[in-house]
Amino acid sequence: MLKSLNIRKLSHSQLAIPLFALFLVIAFNVFRDISFFSINVITNNYGNTVLSGNLISIINGASELVLLAIAMTLVTSATKGQDISVGAAAAIAGSVFVRVLRGNEITMPVIFLALATACIVAILFGLFNGTLVAFFDIQPMIASLILFTAGRPIAYWINGGATPNVDSPLLSYIGSFIPGIPIPSPILIIIVFGILVTLALRFTNLGLYIQSVGINERAARLNGINPVLMKLLAFMILGVCVTIAGAINVCRIGLINHETILIDIEMDAILAVAIGGNALSGGKFKLAGSIIGAYIIQALTITLYAMKVSSTAVKAYKAVVIIAIVVIGSPVVQQHAVQLRNRLFKKPIKLTENN
Amino acid sequence: MKNDTVLSMRGISKSFPGVRALHNVDFTLCEGEIHALMGENGAGKSTLVKVLTGVYQKDSGQINIAGTEKELRIKSPQDAQNAGISTVYQEITLCPNLTVAENIFIGRGNYRFINWRSQEKRAGEILKKLKIPTSATRQLGTCSLAVQQMVAVARAVDMECKVLILDEPTSSLDEQEVALLFSLMRDLKARGVGIIFITHFLEQVYEVCDRITVLRNGELVGAYDISELPRVELISKMMGKELEEISELQHQKKTVANEDIPLVYEAFGLSSTQGTKPFDFKIKKGEVNGFTGLLGSGRSESVRAIFGADRITGGKIKINEKDTKISGPKDSMKHGIGYLPEDRKGDGIIEDLSVRENIILALQVLKGFFHPFSRAEAEDFADKYIKLLGIKTASMDTPIKSLSGGNQQKVILARWLLTNPQYLILDEPTRGIDIGTKVEIQKLVLKLANDGVSVTFISSEIEEMLTTCSRLIVMRDRNIVGELKGEEMTQTKIMHTIAGEAAQNA
Repeated sequence: MLKSLNIRKLSHSQLAIPLFALFLVIAFNVFRDISFFSINVITNNYGNTVLSGNLISIINGASELVLLAIAMTLVTSATKGQDISVGAAAAIAGSVFVRVLRGNEITMPVIFLALATACIVAILFGLFNGTLVAFFDIQPMIASLILFTAGRPIAYWINGGATPNVDSPLLSYIGSFIPGIPIPSPILIIIVFGILVTLALRFTNLGLYIQSVGINERAARLNGINPVLMKLLAFMILGVCVTIAGAINVCRIGLINHETILIDIEMDAILAVAIGGNALSGGKFKLAGSIIGAYIIQALTITLYAMKVSSTAVKAYKAVVIIAIVVIGSPVVQQHAVQLRNRLFKKPIKLTENN
Repeated sequence: MKNDTVLSMRGISKSFPGVRALHNVDFTLCEGEIHALMGENGAGKSTLVKVLTGVYQKDSGQINIAGTEKELRIKSPQDAQNAGISTVYQEITLCPNLTVAENIFIGRGNYRFINWRSQEKRAGEILKKLKIPTSATRQLGTCSLAVQQMVAVARAVDMECKVLILDEPTSSLDEQEVALLFSLMRDLKARGVGIIFITHFLEQVYEVCDRITVLRNGELVGAYDISELPRVELISKMMGKELEEISELQHQKKTVANEDIPLVYEAFGLSSTQGTKPFDFKIKKGEVNGFTGLLGSGRSESVRAIFGADRITGGKIKINEKDTKISGPKDSMKHGIGYLPEDRKGDGIIEDLSVRENIILALQVLKGFFHPFSRAEAEDFADKYIKLLGIKTASMDTPIKSLSGGNQQKVILARWLLTNPQYLILDEPTRGIDIGTKVEIQKLVLKLANDGVSVTFISSEIEEMLTTCSRLIVMRDRNIVGELKGEEMTQTKIMHTIAGEAAQNA
């Protein structure tokens, strides 16, 4: 009884659709080729014993997207809109990161310095977007269109138009593996980051304030919450996430190409938010939904690659699946589903009374 | 008065899963009659109207409309409209950025070609016929709320309606605007339209209606001629019990006359960005005072200035007899001031958040960003106030938007009570909620005052202010024009003060 109640509660929850979609992607692969899930222990170029396999590449490859999806969820919730300049901002942050690294001998403190500098720059650009949105009431998508357009050219200028390499075993520790640990480092970074976010949501009122501002800004203000500050905060958090995502990506491939780094990732990040069942019109959010959304998108990509779909065509296939997920999750279909279930099972689902 | 039945509903029942909203209800509307539909929140008024307008499908029963023998089947709002049933809702459902004429004609008729000029001319005629003071080419959003409401009525009337349903049309109008709407209603009545009028204002029912149908708990209590049903009886029929409590309240009120009682809040020359003229105000510990005046007189703007809801542009403030600077809501909250806003939906509730989160919000903000309440603490608070105020909600995790208006209001009240304020500002706490809850809130206000909390109480219903307040500040045109105490506090005196000396003999 208790168990069935839990299942029913889950089926009403916002996470039902993303979990179902994830399940579908997995089930599809089980039937297609069960070996898709096999995880091997191999020795890589550096002589480390590491795990490899499709599952690992999905979880590893989704790292940047997960970071951006988390931050995008907060921005969406507070500002009722999306920041489309995250890819461009990541190019800037990555370029600053590389620029600082190149000017010095690469040691751990220098990496932290580079990261901190990139972080400050990204937060400043976040504040630029945030100011346009919070003070001037410009729609987030329009406000971030400026950086979306200008961001990569700015990144170009930071490294004098070059696409320099940065090579150091230390960087490969961040981008691929730390010797002795078989799990890719980006996954570890995401786990640590996830714990930090969870703690932040638990030990501060970040969630309550941001949701209040997104749902009813006037009421939030009358209860002593500063909406401008909350929106700026969301954009600053986005700046931090953008920096980490950019840095991970630079460390993965050992160079910065300002034109291609995390290209088009803003759309995937927004999609992850939407697939996670969060309203793009802001307000209430569930971070877990967006995170699952990010993994679904990456799982789709890897599945398609495993099916030998050419990388140009992947996007078209992805689009088809995503349309299906979004339509299934839409209120119209949901309502029909509830009606259908009521007719089939005659279970009294308590409607909200409206009197 | 003609007495031909224009609409009859027989044995209407409607259930929602777990709730019986209507049970075997009869309702008869005659031609050229204004018929009040009365009942507390949840009595089934809205459900009955929604069955009639095709929003809900009835489970059983029969609806007939004059002129057709056979039973009327209403499956959609469009069906209702085709049958001559038009509705004007509480919230204006027109498009504010279109003109009056466009709003009257939008969504009707053959739409391939529009002759703008003839449409405007026709709209002009309708406005003139109904004596609505606006022009056809004016943008609707720039008209007053009353005119917008009347345009909605005009639109409904022009669709050749036999039955016009007005669902709480007056709740956002001031007295003059209500008078305007009433003359329009009487006009329509003379043309033979049957009007169903839903309102919470008893005054208005007795002013304009011919008959009253009372519902309670989804069942019909009865239909009465207005002359046969005195107010007290109407209330007791709606509540299902004798209502001695209301008169009891009168005796609980006490006047704070003692000079020794300390002042809680004082303002000198206070003004805000919302354009109130600089005003002085003070309130003592445990005092209940009221701001009265017509809508737009500046009473809400004044209390907002006191709370710092709008930016304060000038003046001095003393709290507990110490100079204090208030630069926003949070400052006031820190000094123990709570503010229940007039616009519950726009300024009060956080729709999608749970009842629990809505209750703890203000106290949580006071406690600080880095010190969230634990789940258990929050649940204790919510539980306590849900019980204390009798908030009807499925659970404390239910989103507040799915509660009824009165219960939402109680949640906001709980939010401020939880902060344990020394001064509570309540702007229209009883608007749009049923009489039972109204009395509860009035009782609560008096109890708070007894416990030493100062309260500023604003209500459009003067009677309610007279019951609770010991001092009334009267406003006109954003100025304080008088202050009434004790014996002076009567309906007539208030009216005269609002109207100014020139209107003494009006």
